[in-house]
Amino acid sequence: MKLIDAVNLDYKALNTLLREETGEFTVSGCLGQRFIAAGMDERRITIDGIPGNALGAYLNGAELIVNGNTQDAVGDTMNEGKIVIHGSIGDAAGYAMRGGKIFVRGNAGYRAGIHMKEYKEKVPVLVIGGCAGSFLGEYQAGGKIIVLGLGACGREIIGNFPCTGMHGGKMYLRGDCTMLSFPGQVTARLACEEDMEEIRGFLSEYCALFDCDQTVLTASPFTVVTPDSKNPYQQMYVAN
Amino acid sequence: MFILAQAQVCSEMSAFAFLFSQNARKEGSDMKTEGQVRIPSGCAIAAVISKEGNRMSGELITNAMKPMHDRSNGLGGGFAGYGIYPEYKDFYALHLFYNERSTRKNCEQFLKEQFEIVKSEIIPTRKIPSITDEPIIWRYFVSPLKSVLASLQLDEKEFVARTVMKINAEFPGAYVFSSGKNMGTFKAVGFPEDVGVFYKLDEYEGYSWTAHGRYPTNTPGWWGGAHPFTLLDRSIVHNGEISSYDANRRFIEMFGYRCTLQTDTEVITYIIDYLLRVQGLTLEEAASVIAAPFWSTIAAKADETEQKKLTYLRTVFSSLLVTGPFSIVLGFNGGLMALNDRLKLRSMVVGEKADKVFIASEEAAIRTMEPAAENIYAPAGGEPVIIQVKEDAF
Repeated sequence: MKLIDAVNLDYKALNTLLREETGEFTVSGCLGQRFIAAGMDERRITIDGIPGNALGAYLNGAELIVNGNTQDAVGDTMNEGKIVIHGSIGDAAGYAMRGGKIFVRGNAGYRAGIHMKEYKEKVPVLVIGGCAGSFLGEYQAGGKIIVLGLGACGREIIGNFPCTGMHGGKMYLRGDCTMLSFPGQVTARLACEEDMEEIRGFLSEYCALFDCDQTVLTASPFTVVTPDSKNPYQQMYVAN
Repeated sequence: MFILAQAQVCSEMSAFAFLFSQNARKEGSDMKTEGQVRIPSGCAIAAVISKEGNRMSGELITNAMKPMHDRSNGLGGGFAGYGIYPEYKDFYALHLFYNERSTRKNCEQFLKEQFEIVKSEIIPTRKIPSITDEPIIWRYFVSPLKSVLASLQLDEKEFVARTVMKINAEFPGAYVFSSGKNMGTFKAVGFPEDVGVFYKLDEYEGYSWTAHGRYPTNTPGWWGGAHPFTLLDRSIVHNGEISSYDANRRFIEMFGYRCTLQTDTEVITYIIDYLLRVQGLTLEEAASVIAAPFWSTIAAKADETEQKKLTYLRTVFSSLLVTGPFSIVLGFNGGLMALNDRLKLRSMVVGEKADKVFIASEEAAIRTMEPAAENIYAPAGGEPVIIQVKEDAF
C-alpha cells in the first residue's frame, strides 16, 4: 500500500506518482485534480477528498474507490475496471463508457450514461443508488444503466427527457415509473424475471459495497427501457 | 471552437473599424481589442454569501479559484464584493479603466458635470509579474447632482445607468466596469487567483463575493472583457457561451443599452437590469425569462396559474431567452442568484455551512472555502437558487 498526500500536487504530479508502480494506493487530501488514474490498469486506488473532472477517464482495468463526492465526466470512455463512489457523482457520469462498472451510492447529475456503448462481451454497467438528473441515457447505444432511486422520498427518481436519442442498451429504473414520459423510439415496460436475472449480480454487488438489503431493493418492481429498433432514425430525415 | 494564438498585429484602424464599427470612436484605446491584435478566444465561477451579513475577506474567494486553475487560461479573472465600502455606502462607486492620463482628465471633466464626487483615487494594486499591461485604474465615490436629475427628469439609477452607457460607448479609452453602491468589481487579464492578489482583495471585507476565471473561446480576452459585468449594483459572472447573443443584443439595445465590451456575458447584465429594475420582475420571474422551460415542460405543469405565468413570460420576453450553455451567478445588494441554462450544459454546485452559502463550478472550490460544507447539491437546469441576506444586515 502506497500513501500519496495530494495536497499541493497538481494532476500531472499526482498521476505521475500513480503511474510509477502498480498495486494499492491511498490518495489523501485530493482537491480538484483532474484525470486521476486516466488509462490505468492493475491498481486499486482509494481516494479521500474531491477528485477533479474526468476521474478514471479511459480507465483500463484499475479499481477506484472514492470516499466522497465526485465531479463531472467520471469514467469518460472507460474501457475496463471498476469505480465505486460513496457519495454523489456530477454530470455526464460514464460518458461514452464502453466497458467496466461504475457504482454510485448517492445521486447522479445530468446526462448520466450519455453515449454508453457495447460490443460483444464488453458491456458497461452504471448503477446509481439515488436519483439521476435529466437526459439520463442520452444517445445510449449500449450497456446497462440502473437507477435505484433510494432516498427519493416520493419524487420521480429521474429528471426530464430520459433516453433522448437512445438506440441501444438497456435501462432499469426501480419503480413502475407511470408518471414518466419517454420518447417515441423507446419502449418502457415492467421488468420480467429474465430482465431481473441480467442485473441480479450487479444489485448484489451494490448491496455488498454500500451495505444495503437486496430484498428491499427487489421488493419493488423495476421498469425496463429499451429502444424499439436498430434504426431509430429511419424516418427522421428521409426514409432509409 | 478555439482560435489559435497568433501574434498577428493588425493595422490598428482598419481591422478594428471593420470588426466593430459601432465602436469606431474608441479606436484610440491602448487597451488593444480584438481586431487590433488576434487574441485566442471556456470558465470557472465561484461565490460565497453570509445570510447574516457577516463580512469575509476577499482572500477566501481568491483561494477558492485555485483548485479550478485549469478552467481558465490566464486571459481574464475578476471578482465582485458586496458590502465592501460601508464608509461610502450612500455613494455610487464608479470603477474605471483608462488607457491614458488625458482620457482620465477628459472623462473626469464630464463626471464633474454630472456628479458630486466625494472621493477620487487610484485603486490600490500590487505589482506582480503575472499581471502586466494594466490600464490606469481609478475609482470615484459619487452622487448625481440634484440639478442634473431635475432637469433630465430621471431617477437616480436610470441616470447612473445612462451615464455608464455613455462613457463606455462614447469616451475612447474609458470604460466604467463597476457602478453600484457599497459594492465593487475588480477585474483584469490574468488568472483569477493572481487578479485577487493584484487588487489586494485580502484588504477588503464583504458579506458576499463572486468570482470568475476566464477561458475565452470566441470573444477576446482583454481587461474590459473580464467578468464580472456590472451595471449599478448587479453583477454577472458566467461560465459558458451564449448562442442567442446577437438576438438578445438587438432586442436590449432598443431600450438604450449599448453592448460595447465585445463579450456575450455583457448582454446578460443588461437583460437582468431591464427585467428587474425597468420591468419590475422578481428574480424568479427573470430566471423564467432567460432560462425559460421548454414548451413541453410548461404544458406538463400541474399548476394552471404557474403554467399561465410561464407562458406569459416566455411569450412577452421571447427575445430575452438566453440559449446555449451557461451557469451564472448574479450578485446584487443583499443577495445572490445562481442559475443554469435549461439544458444544464455547464456544471454548478451549491453547498452551505452555518450562515454561509457557497456556489461554484466545482465542489473542490467549495471545499477550499469550507472543508466541512454540507448539503452539497447541483440545482437543475433553469432552477434559480436565490440567497438573500437577512433584512438590515447589509
